[in-house]
Amino acid sequence: MSQNSITTPRHRWRNDWWLITRKIIGHVSAYVIMTALALVFMIPLLWMLSTSLKGRWEIFAWPPTWIPETFHWENYQEAFAKYPLARFMGNSAFLVVMNIIGELVSVPLIAYGFARLRFPYKKTLFMLMLSTMMVPGHIKLIPLYNVFSRLDMIDTYWPLILPSFFGNPFFIFLMVQYIRTIPRELDEAARIDGAGTWTILYRIILPLCRPPLTVIIVFTFLWTWNDFLQPLVYLNDFNKYPIAIGLAFFRGRYSVEWNLFMAATLVSIIPILIIYFFAQKHLIGGISSIGIKG
Amino acid sequence: MVSTWRNMSPRTRREALEGYLALLPWIIGFLAFTILPVGISIYLSFTEWDIMTDPKWIGLDNYERMFTNDPLFTQSLKVTGKFVLFSLPLKIILGLALALLLNLKVPGMNFYRTVFYIPAVISGVAVSLMWMWLLQPDTGIINTLLDQVGIKGPNWFWDPDWALPSVALMSVWKVGGSAIIYLAGLQNIPQHLYEAAKIDGAGRWARFRRVTIPLLTPTIFFQLVIEMIDSFKVFTEAFVITQGGPLKATFFYLLYFYQEAFENFNMGYASALALVLTAIILISTVILNYTSKRWVFYESE
Repeated sequence: MSQNSITTPRHRWRNDWWLITRKIIGHVSAYVIMTALALVFMIPLLWMLSTSLKGRWEIFAWPPTWIPETFHWENYQEAFAKYPLARFMGNSAFLVVMNIIGELVSVPLIAYGFARLRFPYKKTLFMLMLSTMMVPGHIKLIPLYNVFSRLDMIDTYWPLILPSFFGNPFFIFLMVQYIRTIPRELDEAARIDGAGTWTILYRIILPLCRPPLTVIIVFTFLWTWNDFLQPLVYLNDFNKYPIAIGLAFFRGRYSVEWNLFMAATLVSIIPILIIYFFAQKHLIGGISSIGIKG
Repeated sequence: MVSTWRNMSPRTRREALEGYLALLPWIIGFLAFTILPVGISIYLSFTEWDIMTDPKWIGLDNYERMFTNDPLFTQSLKVTGKFVLFSLPLKIILGLALALLLNLKVPGMNFYRTVFYIPAVISGVAVSLMWMWLLQPDTGIINTLLDQVGIKGPNWFWDPDWALPSVALMSVWKVGGSAIIYLAGLQNIPQHLYEAAKIDGAGRWARFRRVTIPLLTPTIFFQLVIEMIDSFKVFTEAFVITQGGPLKATFFYLLYFYQEAFENFNMGYASALALVLTAIILISTVILNYTSKRWVFYESE
């Protein structure tokens, strides 16, 4: 401050000018670095897009072309004709919807119980619930496979849907944390007005829970769409395959036609990209609050 | 607890009942999808079972065979261990570096955050197929680009020495996933600490070294545990791209487990394999947790 009072207006102008220039240089260099890095990270996806639009021979062209000579949009049509993409994606969509319904039925109820109601052994049960997050999925695979096979559910969607109706511990935890931030006075006011426990949950609490519900829907979408090991184990019938298994099935079978195959792969990730771009704010919020990843 | 139950007023008793009712789905799921399977798994690991006939109790034979007479088990353990040791530091350091960049106070940074996170949301299968195409030895774009600067690219997934590093490269591409978590950690560091350090004459590096890093150690620790567990469980990439080859260079542990269980139907032996992996993960976590007392900084509240 004292320095400023000594400098003449001209000096001060020069100082400001210097600060602004430094800021601009800083920003520009940050943008240059970030853009270069982003491009490097996007090379794989851009190359996939470029390949998917090329003709049969151009994909092996030397030197490689980034922009196809002619855009072969018909590759996408051919990919749909060659691989039953529509069917696979329909199967995945069905699984996604059922899993979302399952989580939405179970998670709010369980989370409400943990967050609001008072009963003996609640703390112990909550700790137990959290500890199940640590149990690795692979250890349960063989027994569950055999249980489902005894129930005659192998090669059906039941093993891939049923567990969601019993609540995912990550989501329960997320939702408990969120409900705890809602003031209890709201519940109590409703109770005085004669509302019962369940009315409070579905009329008062749940309408306020849009952020965690969005996180639950988005993550269930991502995880179900991308799941590989479980459908691989439980499904045998080709016509029931979700997209992840369906795509892997075609690997190597028509591997020469990489342009069509890359078109199919790109199509398979489009729903994910769409939901990601719409929900990314919630998604990133969800990740930072409970530390789960895509 | 029974006496408290009796002492409860009708209203609190009712609330308790409602509480258990709300938890019922989870309790059923916990018994049916966690306790029961884990129990069965432990039992099966002491048996020989091909699904067709009844399980036959063979005591510790599965474990004995695993540790004394199973080269495939040794190989899968070696591959997985190598991968964990190799990719884990890489992912931690690069994830942190990316997070520091994303934390720069520049307008429009959200756009870059969105871009770098994309790889983390794409399915393992799509990512695997894409990298298979990128890393084709003769026609792949990576080797073509390398060729243009005069480097002869390796055969990647099709070379026993390069197959495992190729899988690691793929996982590094997904580093934006962990960067977002570091970023959240960075943004939780109170600004006043930086200002206090500045007044004390700390430069940029000193502030990073003495403020950022210590306050970020809980996040780093958390990530270390999560990424380690993830690295032990590589499956999709190996199954889709290499099927464990070439020369078993990418014969990951879970791939062996899957083949034993669902291709060879050695359910007993596979259960033992699953339990051993779980034990390895558990022990590694406990060790990490033990070391955490020396380097993780917990704010006393």
